[in-house]
Amino acid sequence: MFPWLTTLGLIPLIGSGVIALLPKGRDLLAKQVALAISLVALLVSLLMLADFQKNSGGLQLVESHNWIASFGIKYAVGVDGIALLLILLATILAPIVILASWNEAENGRFSVKAFFALILILEAFMVGVFAATDVFLFYVFFEAMLIPVYFLIGSFGGTQRSYAAVKFLLYSLFGGLLMLAAVIALYVISKDQFGAGTFDITALTKLHIGVQLQRWLFLGFFIAFAIKAPLWPFHTWLPDAVAAATPGTAVLLVGVLDKVGTFGMLRYALPLFPDAAKFFTPAIIVLSIISVIYGALLAIGQTDIKRLIAFTSISHFGFITLGIFAMTSQGLSGATLYMVNHGFSTAALFLIAGWMISRRKSSLISDFGGLQRVTPVMAWTFFIAGMSALALPGLSSFVSEFLVLVGTFTRYPWAAIIATVGIILAALYVLILVQRSLHGPIAPGNENLPDLSRREKYAIAPVLAVIIVLGFFPKPLLDVINPTVVQTMQVVGVTDPAPTGGK
Amino acid sequence: MDSAHALAAGSSSLLVWLIALPALGAAILLLGGRRTDKWGHVLATGLSGGSFVVGIVELIRMLGRSGENRGVSQHLFTWISVGHFNIEAGLLLDQLSICFVLLITGVGTLIHIYSITYMEHDLDRRRFFAYLNFFIAAMLLLVLGNSYLNLYVGWEGVGLASYLLIGFWNQKPVYATAAKKAFVANRVGDFGLSIAIMIAFATFGSVSFDGVAAGAGKLANLNSGALTAMGAMLLLAAAGKSAQFPLQSWLGDAMAGPTPVSALIHAATMVTAGVYLITRSNFVFDRAPTAQLLVVIVGVITLLFGAVIGTAKDDIKKALAASTMSQIGYMILAAGLGPAGYAFAIMHLLTHGFFKAGMFLGAGSVMHGMNDEVDMRRYGALRKFMPATFVTFGLGYLAIIGVPPFSGFYSKDKIIEAAFNAGGARGLIIGSAALLGAAITAFYMTRVMIMTFFGKARWAEGTHPHESGKLMVVPMVILAIGSVGAGALLSIGSSLKNWLEPVVSRGFVEPTPRLSPLLVSTLAIGAVALGVLIAYLKYVRQPIPELAPTDVSIFTRAARRDLYQDAFNESVFMRPGQYLTRSLGFLDRVFIDGAVNGIGALFGGTSVRARRLQTGYVRTYSLFILGGAAILVAAMLAARL
Repeated sequence: MFPWLTTLGLIPLIGSGVIALLPKGRDLLAKQVALAISLVALLVSLLMLADFQKNSGGLQLVESHNWIASFGIKYAVGVDGIALLLILLATILAPIVILASWNEAENGRFSVKAFFALILILEAFMVGVFAATDVFLFYVFFEAMLIPVYFLIGSFGGTQRSYAAVKFLLYSLFGGLLMLAAVIALYVISKDQFGAGTFDITALTKLHIGVQLQRWLFLGFFIAFAIKAPLWPFHTWLPDAVAAATPGTAVLLVGVLDKVGTFGMLRYALPLFPDAAKFFTPAIIVLSIISVIYGALLAIGQTDIKRLIAFTSISHFGFITLGIFAMTSQGLSGATLYMVNHGFSTAALFLIAGWMISRRKSSLISDFGGLQRVTPVMAWTFFIAGMSALALPGLSSFVSEFLVLVGTFTRYPWAAIIATVGIILAALYVLILVQRSLHGPIAPGNENLPDLSRREKYAIAPVLAVIIVLGFFPKPLLDVINPTVVQTMQVVGVTDPAPTGGK
Repeated sequence: MDSAHALAAGSSSLLVWLIALPALGAAILLLGGRRTDKWGHVLATGLSGGSFVVGIVELIRMLGRSGENRGVSQHLFTWISVGHFNIEAGLLLDQLSICFVLLITGVGTLIHIYSITYMEHDLDRRRFFAYLNFFIAAMLLLVLGNSYLNLYVGWEGVGLASYLLIGFWNQKPVYATAAKKAFVANRVGDFGLSIAIMIAFATFGSVSFDGVAAGAGKLANLNSGALTAMGAMLLLAAAGKSAQFPLQSWLGDAMAGPTPVSALIHAATMVTAGVYLITRSNFVFDRAPTAQLLVVIVGVITLLFGAVIGTAKDDIKKALAASTMSQIGYMILAAGLGPAGYAFAIMHLLTHGFFKAGMFLGAGSVMHGMNDEVDMRRYGALRKFMPATFVTFGLGYLAIIGVPPFSGFYSKDKIIEAAFNAGGARGLIIGSAALLGAAITAFYMTRVMIMTFFGKARWAEGTHPHESGKLMVVPMVILAIGSVGAGALLSIGSSLKNWLEPVVSRGFVEPTPRLSPLLVSTLAIGAVALGVLIAYLKYVRQPIPELAPTDVSIFTRAARRDLYQDAFNESVFMRPGQYLTRSLGFLDRVFIDGAVNGIGALFGGTSVRARRLQTGYVRTYSLFILGGAAILVAAMLAARL
């Protein structure tokens, strides 16, 4: 079989090398090459779908080669339905981000071409982290991703970029190293039980780990993922990182990269340590609900557009972890779909907000106002993105949010009810933002802002189209997600609660 | 009752066109942009009319079938399917939804026509028509969806349309705020609808009307916790959408929207969706008497609440809005009475659709002729200058206060009668409240009538009132005809009641009335006469000041301020909420983030240096963390080996 996943990872990686080799000062060429490469990667990822059997819940398109044989470490990749969709999310958003960020890298500490090379490296690593089926390989990609992001934020961001980049890095390193400890422990245990140590995820799920140890190992993985996701109270790096990052970086960071956290919970934390997961479920449900409400309340109080969007994401990540740990098919499928939908929804918000900010040279909400009159197309796109953030039925985020809620309700009614308060708060933070930035009289300094350029329209149109189409036809995605969710539930050993009948 | 009976017997491939036509119009006008400015309004009106024609065709087909087989459905596609949660995008047209389809597309098309002239000079007329078409599509989806989740899509869709249209002139901050308020209040209701849907799924494993009806039908005892909770949550949803207590405060502000919007969305159709929801959910409420009682209570409170507010408003649109709130209170009350009241709720909804939409269009016509003045204290004597508006508005007036044989008489009289027939102290209380409401309605509507059309002219300088153009008058005339005749048409021979019987009250045997219908009618007419008389004494016999008097009783003051609903919301929800978001923001920075930075500082050495984080420190931190991880691993291995 054709090594789809390796190819898909190599294309942007080689592409970044090509860009690095381009002569100095050829910025436009660098951008064009980056866009072309990312489009090729997108094409390959779509072709890859032909070889994917959607009815199977297991790993497919697998490749496996020995890497460090003495420790049983392999270069092993493969995807199930969930990983496949997240890889597609990365390959779809990469060209959009490149196109949208055309003029965002001019004031960086490094050259323009470095920016685009870093984006492509990041894309390669994201493919790797979702495709890895060897826990050690996963860990390597998990940490490697930090490098391009660190430089993207620290070198091309706004005023607070150094602080934000370092904070991001430290948080992630801290979590990553906890995970490393747990990974090594898994290896030791597997050596104990199988005779030969392994990092193969499928093999590792067959380990019998004592209750006490399982809990510690679970926490090692979970905290790393909760920082990445980010879950309250591990969230404070996100608003700073996002506020400092360029909009394009923010999209890849929050839209795709942070999904590694929730993906990791599904792929690693649950199947590897099912008993520990069940033990910690009540606590995690509580943290998720706090995230939903807390993120939304803080979003309402923000004065900076990007920080506001960051807090909405914290709220939405709360929904995702809620769905995962509800451990019902609706919760899990909804959470997975949420990861994809949130990627597009947040991409739309960050990109358009970024264009607003670069035009107005301010990210303060109070500096905007009346944009609907000045820049109607930009205002409309921002409005649709906002409606997606508040999960309006008919848009994609509604389907996932409702699945999460209904899936949670069947097991933890009160958790679902409290989380549903989030939909009221979402209306508040979106509509307050919309009113202050788009409605009202035209604020001073906004009179002559230009509307979206053709390039910007091309970048945002596909995102909005996806948001609307998936609102009515989420079926193709759910068809891919459901078998994987069924399999995950079998591994973890849970079944859906039956209807009560109202007795 | 045989609740397991499926709602649809056959299928029809036409149903989707009811929604698709106006949806297409909205899409063309919004995506086409300025290119469609010249003909967009014609297209939108035509497509709305097309949808009405499809509705008529379906009605004729429906009349050709027998009672039990009148419902038809259309499967569109699989929307969401996960585990047992299977939602098809499917439509259902039965005796109940056809009433709404014809009301929405009929009144909707008339209002499209009216708006061609009304919005003629607005730069964004095309956008206005796009929103109107979008509204029609969403409202039709609301009443045609075959499950609660499909209904939900239309439910929030009309909320969005309402938001866009209330804020149509959102360059004025007050209007933008009014739009936001409406959306948020509706979202509180949507919270209820969401929870109701979750309860339905967790309890019956289905969220379709058929599925929930079948599940509820299997329950032996009344008042199961699940059904009561679901009923209460559906009521919350209805309260949000239909501006019922305690979520009513947005409707008055919603008058910021252009007047045709007030007529269509905030009088005739969208705000009555709550009545639809409760009537549609009859299989839930009929088995949850506690929830039904809540419905009745909400209805009674709101019908009095709205009526009292209506007595003190000088803004003609706000007076009519208060009246709408009150009239919907009647409908909710009737729906809360169960099988005895559903048909009357729908009947009043339909007649109200005619007379209230007609009066709003009349108010728009008056504003059109009076330089957009809305203060009735600056009207007066307009009957001579706007005869068509006067006559059509007057017919609507006679209908709403319930003068026989105008339409409101039939529908309201039936509700009052059914309220008394609820029996016991309960029947007496709600029946008397409904009677009192009728008296107050007669008072405040007479006041509106007198202040607007009679007495001396109190116009602002430079006002030259004139009758509106033909395109505005014709819809008003048609609605006025409805205001006159619809009640008799729907009521005589119990035609609407029999029509709806298979859907909402199958097998229901009407109890013998506790008060004779004649007595109830006499009481009602007496109450109306009293209300009219008081208004006459107050507003014809005494001059009307051009400025609202300030030395008024505490009751008037309270009514002017909407009985302090906004003040309450502000002090109980808004201010504490703002305080909460601000203090949480502070806590987030100082405590959570502070703790993190503090730990960082601890590792790095001094806090001063930590604040100036430089790349050098990354190494330091990493080393410390790596060291920590190594110790952790060592500890674990030690424990293990």
